Amino acid sequence: MSEQIDTNNADTLARFAIRLGDDALILGQRLCEWSSNAPTLEEDLALSNVALDFLGRARMLYGYATQIRGGSEDELAFTRDERQYENLLLVELPRGDFAYTMLRQYLLDAFEDLYFAALTQSTDPTLAAVAAKTVKEVDYHLRRSTDWIRRLGLGTEESHQRLQNATDELWGYVDELFETDTLEQGLIKQNIAVDRADLQTAWCKRVTELLSASNISVPETPWQVSGGRRGLHTEHLGHLLSEMQYMQRAHPGQQW
Amino acid sequence: MQNTHTDFETQFERKIDAEEKIEPKDWMPEAYRKNLVRQISQHAHSEVIGMQPEGNWLTRAPSLKRKCILLAKIQDEGGHGLYLYSAAETLGVTREELVEALHEGRAKYASIFNYPAVTWADIGAIGWLVDGAAIVNQISLQRTSYGPYARAMVRICKEESFHQRQGYEIMVKLAEGNAAQKAMAQDAMERWWWPSLMMFGPHDAESAHSAQSMLWKIKRQSNDNLRQKFVDQTVPQAEAIGLTIPDKDLKWNEARGHYDFGDIDWDEFNRVVSGNGPCNRQRLQHHVKAHEDGAWVRDAMSAYAARQQPNA
Repeated sequence: MSEQIDTNNADTLARFAIRLGDDALILGQRLCEWSSNAPTLEEDLALSNVALDFLGRARMLYGYATQIRGGSEDELAFTRDERQYENLLLVELPRGDFAYTMLRQYLLDAFEDLYFAALTQSTDPTLAAVAAKTVKEVDYHLRRSTDWIRRLGLGTEESHQRLQNATDELWGYVDELFETDTLEQGLIKQNIAVDRADLQTAWCKRVTELLSASNISVPETPWQVSGGRRGLHTEHLGHLLSEMQYMQRAHPGQQW
Repeated sequence: MQNTHTDFETQFERKIDAEEKIEPKDWMPEAYRKNLVRQISQHAHSEVIGMQPEGNWLTRAPSLKRKCILLAKIQDEGGHGLYLYSAAETLGVTREELVEALHEGRAKYASIFNYPAVTWADIGAIGWLVDGAAIVNQISLQRTSYGPYARAMVRICKEESFHQRQGYEIMVKLAEGNAAQKAMAQDAMERWWWPSLMMFGPHDAESAHSAQSMLWKIKRQSNDNLRQKFVDQTVPQAEAIGLTIPDKDLKWNEARGHYDFGDIDWDEFNRVVSGNGPCNRQRLQHHVKAHEDGAWVRDAMSAYAARQQPNA
């Protein structure tokens, strides 16, 4: 009986690691699209740095999942279909213009700053260690994206308008950051995962303060969409995966 | 006045003869300065334009490890572009002027990037052959007479040798793979070999800038010498992984202690250099578009910075 519970728990833990890995991989893939397309060479390099952090995080989390239940990081990344990915919808949205990319980054960075700080207290030592490494990276990401929100919000009329448009577009995806499903609830009880709902007030305060200080109005839209954790994605994810998975799908099982 | 000028010139020549570096504040002949701006900016543009063919495979890299390595490599190339633009700026030009010259077709970049990276094996071939050829040239440039350029080269060479190894490692994996992977590697070898040899430029006798650059020690070894060095080091690497170099005249010459190899198709070389390669238009258009798309962001940066310093 106790063995049964442990097996279930291991599978839950692996799925949790995979979904956090999915968030990191999908955003890392989106950030790769900026390579040689950024507004300055310095920003091209900075976006690559951030992308490398996200890809590295995905590899750590997938690595942990494969330790628990076998398989490989590449099987996880390249052979699962749309419905098997459990990333947040926010990270899979197309990169848009630079304001859209930076606002998405800021909304997520502000969340991750709180989330991974809390996850360092996880009773699972591997997740706590991944979180401890991630916290340092997020600190840099957040400082960078915060600066950009100020610059774009207070820069020119055009940059302000683009940032406002991005805010209006992306606001509908933020509630999902704070949703907890039954899988995570089980892990929260064991102090393995973090209760996302606990972070919402602090996040809202921080984000609305910066946006207001940057002359951006927070939309009062009732429209909120979610579903990533249940494998219910936007139409964009399939295109991202078909590009990312092309080689492994065309040449199954080969080494590269 | 005349005497002072001659003194400057004597001093400059003495430094060149003594293998001392010329530094930004030193007097230098205008033609030396121009020649350096041309060469360093061409080198910087090559690093930046070179991000495009490799970036073409970033979102499709076949494993997470390869994706991370490729992204880090492309990022290094951008970083090399930055140091080189900075080195050029010490000669009294701005990065904006250099980029404008690129967009207007007055400045060149390495012609090799006008070939397309159509398969994953091309990423291996670019790292192994293209970066391999670049390193041979860059190692000799670590001793170039202009200080900032020489120092940039020292840093760049360290990273380039990692790039070449990652390219070769991609080829090794393909060569160890199944029939489709082996064929992909051989196909890339065939398409990238000759353009890589062309990277060293025309034969010494036909090279427009070579003679003066050698006298000023901007250039330290001739195009043909460097090309020979590259062939000599690369042939055994190809043999080790069972790839065939597409040159029927390639053979070891015991008497010379070097490989003999066939002559380059100089018509193709001239065609691609003069703008008629497969990707010349695409590469430049991509760079111009990214620059134009980013204009509003750069404007916002300046406007915000100005607002932060109201008294400036």
